[in-house]
Amino acid sequence: MPSFATFGNELYSGKRSYNFVGGKKLWFLIAAIAVALSILIPVAKGGFNLGIEFRGGSEFTVSNAANTDPSIGETVVQDVVSGSIPRVANVAGTTMRIQTDRLNDDETLQIKDGLATAYGVTENEVTSTFVGPTWGQDVTKQALIGLVVFVLLAAVLMALYFRTWKMSLSAIAGMAVTMFITAGIYSISDFEVTPSAIIGFLTVLSYSLYDTVVVFDKIRENTADITKSTRRTFAEEVNLAVNQTLVRSINTMMVAILPVGAILFIGAGLLGAGTLRDLSLALFVGILVGTAATIFIAAPMYAWLRQNEVELRTQAQRVTDRRDAATTESQEPSIG
Amino acid sequence: MARTGPKSTAVRVLVWLGVIIAVLTAVLAGGNLAGQASWAPKLALDLEGGTQMILAPRVEGDSAISEDQLNQAVSIIRQRVDGSGVSEAEISTQSGRNVVVSLPGTPSPETRQLIQASADMNFRPVILAGDGAPVPEASRTPEDQLPVPTAEPTNGSDTNWVTADIYKEFEALDCANPAQDQRESSDPTKPLVTCEPATETTPAIKYILGPVEVEGGSIVTSNFQLSQGAQGAVTNDWAVTIQFNDEGTQKFKTVTERLNQFYVAAGGETGSDPKSQFAIVLDDQVISAPRAQASITDGRPQITGSFTEQSAKALSDQLRFGALPISFEIQSDQQISATLGGEQLRMGLLAGIIGLLLVVVYSLFQYRMLGLVTIASLVVAGVLTYLAIAILGWTENYRLSLAGVAGLIVAIGQTADSFIVYFERIRDELREGRGLVSAVENGWKRAKRTVLASKAVNLLAALVLYFVAVGNVRGFAFTLGLTALADLIVVFMFTHPTLQLLARTKFFGEGHRFSGLDPARLGAVPLYRGAGRIRTPDVKPDVVRPKNTGAAAEAGRRMTIAERRLAEAQDKGSSSAAGQAQSSGTAKSTGAAKEGK
Repeated sequence: MPSFATFGNELYSGKRSYNFVGGKKLWFLIAAIAVALSILIPVAKGGFNLGIEFRGGSEFTVSNAANTDPSIGETVVQDVVSGSIPRVANVAGTTMRIQTDRLNDDETLQIKDGLATAYGVTENEVTSTFVGPTWGQDVTKQALIGLVVFVLLAAVLMALYFRTWKMSLSAIAGMAVTMFITAGIYSISDFEVTPSAIIGFLTVLSYSLYDTVVVFDKIRENTADITKSTRRTFAEEVNLAVNQTLVRSINTMMVAILPVGAILFIGAGLLGAGTLRDLSLALFVGILVGTAATIFIAAPMYAWLRQNEVELRTQAQRVTDRRDAATTESQEPSIG
Repeated sequence: MARTGPKSTAVRVLVWLGVIIAVLTAVLAGGNLAGQASWAPKLALDLEGGTQMILAPRVEGDSAISEDQLNQAVSIIRQRVDGSGVSEAEISTQSGRNVVVSLPGTPSPETRQLIQASADMNFRPVILAGDGAPVPEASRTPEDQLPVPTAEPTNGSDTNWVTADIYKEFEALDCANPAQDQRESSDPTKPLVTCEPATETTPAIKYILGPVEVEGGSIVTSNFQLSQGAQGAVTNDWAVTIQFNDEGTQKFKTVTERLNQFYVAAGGETGSDPKSQFAIVLDDQVISAPRAQASITDGRPQITGSFTEQSAKALSDQLRFGALPISFEIQSDQQISATLGGEQLRMGLLAGIIGLLLVVVYSLFQYRMLGLVTIASLVVAGVLTYLAIAILGWTENYRLSLAGVAGLIVAIGQTADSFIVYFERIRDELREGRGLVSAVENGWKRAKRTVLASKAVNLLAALVLYFVAVGNVRGFAFTLGLTALADLIVVFMFTHPTLQLLARTKFFGEGHRFSGLDPARLGAVPLYRGAGRIRTPDVKPDVVRPKNTGAAAEAGRRMTIAERRLAEAQDKGSSSAAGQAQSSGTAKSTGAAKEGK
């Protein structure tokens, strides 16, 4: 059985090589379709399923409850509105506070009845009111400003470090694709968007750029002296770098995804709906897509952006010339 | 490089890491003994519960407050809460009129004060000042001698503002026993009679103030510091500095120019014309009424006098976090339980532990014994993060929510990536034919750059979001930054030195089959295995042929002792790789590999 180490060796030496850069048209097409779908599907569904933290909702207060177990309240709400994630808390001794998504009048009455029965109180002891969002417009606004500033600064940072804005552009394009597709898949899952999910998206955003920087650093190393070499063209050198870091990409993805997957599949299975399900879904999808976007979008895009530079064209020509010469002279080209 | 060099450096770095951990532990233990810190991290609202305060607006009669005002109030209160630490408080509205603030744990009286304080701040010129005690009935000004305005007041300092009623109110006012708690906010266009409460060092003073001339809304920011004396030396007096916006700057300039004339006319420093004073009024009480010793043209006044460090901080906080559009009173203040039961946390942690075990299994499978280095590094990172969280919980009120716990578990992926990048670089160096000791050093040089560049992205995200965002996002940024820093410390101060030392052991140095750094398994010498599998035709031959054939052509010249032995062993068909590669070939293979590259 060929081991993973052998796989890594072959990728490193170039014996085994996947043509990530050459297949760019196909990858870009797939990405474009996926992004388009990720925009269209949520639009067709009428936007994201925003949770109580964003839209506000109903709040029930049960006074003098006989039993202060939060799970009773959760069951009552979920019986009336299936799939919702109520937030139940015990306030000051025997009062229960139950917050749910926005409800219509009928549901409000049903839940009120249910709560009165479940907590053993009279109907007068259950009151309901409307609560505003805890994640208000101001939080969203500041978070967006923060994101824009971060992306701009990250672009400058990468441009300075790699000495080319084309890497910044490619990395940010890869990140954008990741964000769109992650958001799209999240929307398809029909999970409620919660603050945890937003935190998940932000983590994915930083992971996506991070992952790209690691791979780009290998590309920078491999292509540092490209103009002096006639061994490989620029695109081939980029492709080799991606192949050489493929084992790293797979290992990192696995190590990142294992705890997330455990929380998503085991945790959510044990817990049912909750904080961890939304966060871990966003992360699970984001890490997978982010790793792929680096390999299939960011790196090929960088090669594509630079291949028409005059110096690199001349270099590519020299590589071709040398290869032609080598094949006519002997079947075994050698490096000088 | 002398062989003892890196080794002793490695030991030294590891000792330093031990010192850091010991210091952090000592700090936490100290805080614990002082009764302020606890060994366990503080938990957030969703896991620990806390205090729920319902703030009801104080409005006159039936007048409702607008949604805008309410949202503005929520946003200002959020900034104030954020300013007091990273506690992820929840702030929302209820029934379209109340503001509900839920804080984890038991908030300190200062935090409570900060939330409630309406900080309706403005600046009024002083018309008349007097002793804080009420004038005795007997000696009050008789009705016929009370001041009567002779004309419409022309500016804020005009004595024509003082009517008979106002003067009577002024004389009767008792600053030791102010009955103003229930009073509605004053009318900003009318004069105000009020007190400057007594402090430890100064007696109470009462004032008749002119109408508001500069609103608190024109304050851009505010700070506090020790003031500078005339010689530029730092004095012992605390000062609060204010920065106005353009509009505020203009207004403040006009007013201080006028007041400064009174100051100069009254004889400068020896004079005592109250009309040269400018009162800073917070919630209708004078905080301070400095004399306008100069006209402030740059919109950056500095307030000094009778501040303690705490009162200076409190004032500048209130100024900085803005004035609430309406004032609130705490309607109810109740304990609230956690919204997520302990069950949720246990299940979440259980899932996390299963995930971690999977990571351990995967690392061992991928990196054999080297996987143990990964696990040890993660443990060290975990210890550092734990200590940091516990200490920050004490100093910054940093609290872990369930999402935060999940975030920390997930951060393992990114932390482990530093090791993976590093290990893969070492393997690459081994594949180039280096000995382990030099592969570690060279791999590190390259990996270091990558790790620093990529962590810089994470740190940048953490910093920007921490300073720009509010609420949950700020808490997230804090966690992200924390784990990125812990990661950098671990990879520089633990993983690398540990590998430097391990590279010199027999087990790793000789590339034991289970070391994860076995040169034979890593294909340190290119082997012919017949034709490679079919791949995309246009790139494959170019990439493959030069490598294999080139290596073959150069093989004789490039072979190191280790490789030659390896090749001999392979010729014999032996599959055991033990003892074939030796790190003693280091120096030669390094040079050779460099040429070949």
